[in-house]
Amino acid sequence: MRIVMTIVGLDKVGIIARASALLSENQVNILNINQNITDEFFNMVLIGDMAKATISLEDLKAKATKLGEELGLEIRVQSEQIFTAMHRI
Amino acid sequence: MLYNINDILETTRMITENNLDVRTITMGISLRDCSDPDITVCARKIYDKITRKAEHLVKVGEDLEAELGVPIIHKRISVTPIALVGESCRADSYVPLAKALDDAAKAVGVNFIGGFSALVEKGYTNGDRILIDSIPEALATTDLVCSSVAIGSTKAGINMDAVREMGEIVKKTAALTADRDAIGCAKLVVFCNPVQDNPFMAGAFHGVTEPESVINVGVSGPGVVKYALEAVRGEDIGKVAETIKKTAFKITRVGQLVAQEAAKRLNTEFGIIDLSLAPTPAIGDSVAHILEEIGLESCGGPGTTAALAMLNDAVKKGGLMASSYVGGLSGAFIPVSEDAGMIAAVEKGSLCLEKLEAMTCVCSVGLDMIAIPGDTTAATISAIIADEAAVGMINNKTTAVRLIPVPGKGVGDKVEFGGLLGYAPIMSVSKFRPDVFINRGGRIPAPVRSLTN
Repeated sequence: MRIVMTIVGLDKVGIIARASALLSENQVNILNINQNITDEFFNMVLIGDMAKATISLEDLKAKATKLGEELGLEIRVQSEQIFTAMHRI
Repeated sequence: MLYNINDILETTRMITENNLDVRTITMGISLRDCSDPDITVCARKIYDKITRKAEHLVKVGEDLEAELGVPIIHKRISVTPIALVGESCRADSYVPLAKALDDAAKAVGVNFIGGFSALVEKGYTNGDRILIDSIPEALATTDLVCSSVAIGSTKAGINMDAVREMGEIVKKTAALTADRDAIGCAKLVVFCNPVQDNPFMAGAFHGVTEPESVINVGVSGPGVVKYALEAVRGEDIGKVAETIKKTAFKITRVGQLVAQEAAKRLNTEFGIIDLSLAPTPAIGDSVAHILEEIGLESCGGPGTTAALAMLNDAVKKGGLMASSYVGGLSGAFIPVSEDAGMIAAVEKGSLCLEKLEAMTCVCSVGLDMIAIPGDTTAATISAIIADEAAVGMINNKTTAVRLIPVPGKGVGDKVEFGGLLGYAPIMSVSKFRPDVFINRGGRIPAPVRSLTN
């Protein structure tokens, strides 16, 4: 299964490092990262592959939410399917 | 597959800020094999079948919500109209069957179960009569059971005997739940041209043409449409319609995904997506506010019917392409108590019962969740039901009436149902009496389908 991780919030040092560390610890392979800063707001969309993951989506979500709270950001993890459904015919 | 960052952020915004959700996953379950001469046995068969078929419904809904990141608000069940199932019981009340439905719904964790229903468009069988007589007590003594009665159709005309009786049943239901502001009436719908695959309560039932079990999904998203329209202020109405279509397409795709996944995981057929804009009392989740965004000062004022017709049509056009099977009620809902903008419009005096009736000519579904004075007579309620059924019969569409005559309250008072049912100001009802018309009884003949002026 492929996942989409979205991170939105005030910019600071090390957001990508912490998020990618969480993924690598759990064997989630990063396929693509798209990131920008608008008006000091950090926006990132990351697509990951969970084929060899050592964690369930549910647990990954919980860890991502916790990391988000720690960094003062909103981190969401969702199955890729909802984006495929909505934006691809 | 890679995505544009804006697409991803748009989806996220729809969910987090604009109240995008899947309103309901409703499992339809046939109870045709639960009949028995002994009502206790029949009730047990009903309980057993529902708890077996729907055992994992809530869990699957919660799993999908977590995986996809989109809220799935309700998990519900619809069943074969109980008049058909109970008909072979030797009993003079079907309240025990309503209790079996209620117990089963509680056991599997759904928040409503629909189908305590009878279809009497053209006439009553004995089972229909017993069911209708059982409605007030059934709704007063259960928590999750919803009831509906079909009293007319384009093919059959309108059963005016049933119309008269339903006015009385609504009053009795209100009386039996008077201590809870007549909440029983919020669970009772009177239909013309009901659909067999409606996932929305209180009018859902599992029609006799449906399979053994089925998953139907109702999508929502008034807030998403409202937000999209904020970007086209000042543009012509064609652009507005186009924007609604595109938004409805996206909303419906999410519903389609959820429906297919849910059906697969529950080992059940996927039935239909119901393309409805279903409001909630939450801020930013209102159909009335969409109409006001289109350019009306207040919902219910001149222009409301035209704007609503366009909205309703555009939602269907966008949704149809997004889903392989569309059904149910499919249209913009205009329940008063469940829509913050509608409530405000009533309080401002821009929206009255008669305008709501006109609006139902061009949208789904009918006079819905409208609180009226407790002293409204049964005959007047019957006559309102007849008027609304006539709109459905002549226009070949589903119409419904869910009126709540609140005992002891009058115009100027409010009634609080709580949760998704919201609150409602009591609306004024015409004082002119229809009693002679209603007491005639009989049937309004089926209408001509040509010469349509």
